[in-house]
Amino acid sequence: MTRFYGMMIAGLILIGPAKATATNAELGAEVFKKCAACHQVGPGARTRVGPHLNDLFGRTAGSLEDVRYSKAMTGKGTGGLVWDLETLDAFLHDPKDYVVGTRMSFRGVKSAEDRSHLISYLRLFSDNPRDIPEAMPTAIGTDHDLDPAILALVGDAEYGEYLASECLTCHRADGTDAGIPSITGWQTEAFVIAMHSYKSKKRPHPVMQMMAGRLNDEEIAALAAYFNSLN
Amino acid sequence: MKLNRRTFIGTTVATLSASMVNAAGHGKPRVVVVGGGAGGATAARYIARDSNGEIDVTLIEPSRAYYTCFFSNLYLGGFREMDSLGHSYGKLAMAGVNVVHDWAVSVDRDAKTVSLAGGGTVGYDKLILSPGIDFVDGAVEGWDLSAQNAMPHAYKAGSQTELLKAQIMAMPEGGTFAMVAPPNPYRCPPGPYERVSMVAHTLKAVNPTAKIIVADPKEKFSKMGLFQEGWADNYAGMVDWIGADFGGGNVSVDPGAMTVTIDGEVTKVDVCNVIPAMKAGRIAELAGVTDGNWAPVNAIDMSTKADPDVYVLGDSSAQGDMPKSGFSANSQAKVCANAVRGALTGSRVFPAKFSNTCWSLIDTDNGVKVGATYEATDEKIASVGSFISATGETAELRKATYEESLGWYDGITADMFG
Repeated sequence: MTRFYGMMIAGLILIGPAKATATNAELGAEVFKKCAACHQVGPGARTRVGPHLNDLFGRTAGSLEDVRYSKAMTGKGTGGLVWDLETLDAFLHDPKDYVVGTRMSFRGVKSAEDRSHLISYLRLFSDNPRDIPEAMPTAIGTDHDLDPAILALVGDAEYGEYLASECLTCHRADGTDAGIPSITGWQTEAFVIAMHSYKSKKRPHPVMQMMAGRLNDEEIAALAAYFNSLN
Repeated sequence: MKLNRRTFIGTTVATLSASMVNAAGHGKPRVVVVGGGAGGATAARYIARDSNGEIDVTLIEPSRAYYTCFFSNLYLGGFREMDSLGHSYGKLAMAGVNVVHDWAVSVDRDAKTVSLAGGGTVGYDKLILSPGIDFVDGAVEGWDLSAQNAMPHAYKAGSQTELLKAQIMAMPEGGTFAMVAPPNPYRCPPGPYERVSMVAHTLKAVNPTAKIIVADPKEKFSKMGLFQEGWADNYAGMVDWIGADFGGGNVSVDPGAMTVTIDGEVTKVDVCNVIPAMKAGRIAELAGVTDGNWAPVNAIDMSTKADPDVYVLGDSSAQGDMPKSGFSANSQAKVCANAVRGALTGSRVFPAKFSNTCWSLIDTDNGVKVGATYEATDEKIASVGSFISATGETAELRKATYEESLGWYDGITADMFG
């Protein structure tokens, strides 16, 4: 791992910061599509399923106030974990290994090259250590053309609880996420967007496409309301 | 003496439990659930939990520990320990379900009572039967339940599964494992073929020249393309599947001589896994709610066609398009629980929605799945959407599918048992 950092930093210096950063960051924007289902970064980025990633460099782990972190993540922050090149690289390689118990349902970016590109991209949105935000918003996974009326629906949580019983054959009510992602405690808007993305087959999973495919707007809102209430 | 003592204990337990129901339930509506598997345990738990003490729920289940049939093939393949498939009923009891470990031996639908082997009687307002499967007598010539040690079915998980595994491990080098596959409809459509895969996986490691013969009365089976691709890729030359076109349905066995006769050709085998034709669990028949081998139900709430106060869940029901699976039973249980609770307490009743997904393991990190969603029509539970894994998928996707199945196992067992 040490060797990898050395190579990466050396590469940046040798090729020249401006051009190398742009190229790597562009590649990193592609890698970030994997993250964008849950995370936003860039101007106007907000916390969605996961925390927004602006000013990530230098941020203490688990420290944003509007995020429902796992105890594991806040514990890491309390223990002194600060996100920088090295810690992000280790975390992104195997999130569940680096922060055992994290709620981030993501198996990690195994390719060191992809990780370096991703980190280059994320650095664009941090004042520290450098680089001022200049790219366009890139919340690809949550891009949507949903009618605002759909997002404004107030879900019937009691109906949602009944409908949710179908989800709970696989997803765990206690938020455990081994093998199947946790869906508890999501912000309702993010939940609604995700379910409509499955319904329109923009998100790829065949079981979820099928399950979402037969839910109407009110039913999706009801589920979002119910799962938001679980934490 | 042993029998007397057991009978005595059973009577005590049952009488105590029955009187507890009556005492605690004075004036309260009573639900009795027979069978503590994916259908019954789920229904009991949901009704008890969601009614907040307004309904007395009694679950009658003879076993102290429930071993899931789903994932029991993975035990044969060496991917799971038997202990990991066992679940107790302690959390259900803590959730307010009165768990009675006894056999339900008869149902009096006029008096609305269930009689127990131990001698007690439990009254009900609504009765939910979820007894799984029993085998059709004489389905495989030469085989009956007295032969299940020589030729295990291993289609009710537990001691039978352990016996089959022990027999596989004791096969002589280059020996033959035979399976007699069941006709439709039966519990877990991909189950026999996942089992073939798991047995092949074990034999490949410990006895690579062994052979597997499958005599099948069907011309095709669930996930056939996926399994056949998997067998060719991972267990080349080991599996010989003989379908109906080649006489696979013309089978007899001799448990004494350990021979299988397929379309007139006698083969000496070392292990023979006989999975006979199936029917509803016996109590459904005793309750008089079956028609033929299965219990016809109304799709809207799983109530039987024979009696609106008796419901049948899971494998025993004839409901339409859903496969007989733990996932299906669990899904049906929630629709039923919502309807039963509404009928007894006036709580809101929502539209019936059902779903099923069956994962199967072909080899290490090589999982596949098939699934569908369903809704209630006047006639039956009807499929409204489906999907299946594709042949030629990447190893990464197959691994993710397998990991997903592990998550599902933990999810559904938590949903069943708390």
